[in-house]
Amino acid sequence: MSARVVVAMSGGVDSSVAAALLKQQGHDVIGMMMRLWAEPSTDGQVHNRCCTPGQMADAQRIANMLDIPFYVLDTREVFRRKIVDFFVQGHRRGVTPNPCLECNRHIRFDWLQRHALALDADYLATGHHARICCDQDGNYRLLRAVDLQKDQSYVLSVMGQQQLAHAKFPVGNYHKSRIREMAREFGLPTAAKQDSQDLCFLGDGDYRRFLRENVPDLPVAGPIMRRDGTHLGQHSGLANYTIGQRRGLGINTTAPMYVGDIQPAKNALIVAERKEQGTQRLEAGRFNWVAGSPPDNDFLAAVSVRYGAVPQPATITPLGPSAVGIEFEQSQVGVAPGQAAVIFAEHECLGGGVIRLTE
Amino acid sequence: MRGKSQRKVYLDHSASTPVDERVLDAMMPWFTRNYGNASSLHGPGRRAAQAIEDARETVARTLGCQPNEIVFNSGGTEGDNHAIRGGARTMRQAGQGAHLVSSPVEHSAVGETLAQLADLQGFTHTLMPVDRYGRVSAEAFRAACRDDTVLASVMLANNEVGSLQPVAELARFARERGILFHTDAVQAAGQLSLNVADLGVDLLGISGHKFYGPKGVGALYCRNGIALASNQTGGSHEEGRRAGTHNTPLIVGLARALELAGQEREQNVAHFRRMRDQLIDQVLLRVPDAELSGHPVERLPGHASLVLDGVDSSALLMHLDINGVAASGGSACKTGNPEPSAVLLAMGYSKRQAMGGLRLTVGHSTSEKDIDYAVDVIANSVEKLRRLAVVA
Repeated sequence: MSARVVVAMSGGVDSSVAAALLKQQGHDVIGMMMRLWAEPSTDGQVHNRCCTPGQMADAQRIANMLDIPFYVLDTREVFRRKIVDFFVQGHRRGVTPNPCLECNRHIRFDWLQRHALALDADYLATGHHARICCDQDGNYRLLRAVDLQKDQSYVLSVMGQQQLAHAKFPVGNYHKSRIREMAREFGLPTAAKQDSQDLCFLGDGDYRRFLRENVPDLPVAGPIMRRDGTHLGQHSGLANYTIGQRRGLGINTTAPMYVGDIQPAKNALIVAERKEQGTQRLEAGRFNWVAGSPPDNDFLAAVSVRYGAVPQPATITPLGPSAVGIEFEQSQVGVAPGQAAVIFAEHECLGGGVIRLTE
Repeated sequence: MRGKSQRKVYLDHSASTPVDERVLDAMMPWFTRNYGNASSLHGPGRRAAQAIEDARETVARTLGCQPNEIVFNSGGTEGDNHAIRGGARTMRQAGQGAHLVSSPVEHSAVGETLAQLADLQGFTHTLMPVDRYGRVSAEAFRAACRDDTVLASVMLANNEVGSLQPVAELARFARERGILFHTDAVQAAGQLSLNVADLGVDLLGISGHKFYGPKGVGALYCRNGIALASNQTGGSHEEGRRAGTHNTPLIVGLARALELAGQEREQNVAHFRRMRDQLIDQVLLRVPDAELSGHPVERLPGHASLVLDGVDSSALLMHLDINGVAASGGSACKTGNPEPSAVLLAMGYSKRQAMGGLRLTVGHSTSEKDIDYAVDVIANSVEKLRRLAVVA
């Protein structure tokens, strides 16, 4: 059955192939690109890395080849308000936010999807590597991509039933190598292009520089300590560190030290040896259940605490409608407040939430 | 509204018009049969040269000037560049000064040219204020002109909001003061009578594709006695004013289109007015918080322009396009560039309002059914977009 589908195009290979596949299936396809907020530059050279004039021209060219209309939507204001400000606020509080996840929550599968549906579209399609299926009871389920290496269900864990009912991920059924092959078969000029970047709104991808230049009131230097309070040196501002980081600490110890905890209340950076590292238990808030509501009881599942991390076995305890407690079977390293904890049952993504500060 | 049977309504005739069949017929022989270079001395060359001189006479007759006062070129942008750069340079060389006067609502072919002359070539310029309709006044013009003013450029009709400028009045004053007066008549050609003697201008440019002629060809009227420096050097084409092989079929097409527009102007304009007024009345009736921009009376007969408060015009154009209605925000050159319209800002609209400009320009083929359909689509789309804006 032919439907009207808006495809969010970036000029990259995945969204281009998504558009081509939908067109081939006989849908009424409309290409769309969001012009996102980009860091203002003094030299006029640095641009948002995923909607540069070059990327726009690429997406436009592909749309022309596919004979589909293509439009650029001005998303700068809402993106700055919901994503960039959120990113800055997070770092102010000493957490490491995941803007891609928030962008899917507030921009792609809210703002953009509503714009698509207002155009009488039935679906918003993207080039994400994930799958959607509708079970016998009419519930939409979010599944991991066929190519697990490229799976992006982690950043899509913010989607609910309404979003999934009107979404399509045409490339999630294929391995990346097959996507590139298809791009060549369709004659798309993006076949050899690189994958898109995270933190697209930073001119150079360096968020520490961005924070330094744009958030002058970020907390400043403070102590680097061990858990027992032993003073080891000075840090240059908590926003410059991520949990699990080893390099650039500037301290002299016999055993290698890793960032184990960030404590904004004390402006302290806690370091630990690898063997002391680890989180057995965590809580995640702002939790989204893909099914719409949490299961009644505790259950066993696998949890991923970073984009790209292999899900680890854990016991999940729902804490009301939008929070969970997670108890890992084995202690996990690199658990960073602000990042998402995403729950998987086999190949299905059940939902995700934001890891809370534990102090 | 969906599917292949969807109605298609073209309301962007200010951006471009189709080529009239009669114009195409006149052009065709000059592509394949009579292909000689008009500068060659042989028979095929002479025939091409003759066709160009015939075209020149036709254009001159329509504009009310001498044939040797017409310079053929590639279109409106080239005409603006040639008139302003050439005129400014000639006058400065004659020791008259280096000050230019214009308005903030000119086409970018004028605005950017003035800016570059100021940045790189030591000219200065003054932009007169405009009123809420985008019109300049004789008083503002007198106040802007100085002893060292050498050239003024004010368009006959605005491309974005359709307002007509009091060009004859300004040109009269310029003539008294020895200031060269240029007008960009690109939007006006085909809709207004363009008699250069009545207007009293020294330089006037038109472009073929705005009046059912081909794209890529234009003409510049340059009053006898003005030694306009050439911008493009090379052969002695166009009496040394514009080098480059004559594009015979396009020049023939431009002349034929201008001739037809002149002959059929009365009935065309009556049709344009009727369609335009229906369009304006219905949009104002159906769309809340819509406002006509530009002058309500002193405007181009085929031009409707609106400001839709709280609507992003690029999103609106997308909705219109998906539903088969071709229109434009400010001017066509600004598509994909979501900045507020500089013309609307100059007219005193807020930044928010200046993001919501919509231009609808009718043509020969526009019908009442087209208007009804387009207004339906506009009303529905604006409502949807406003609802979205509330949620965001």
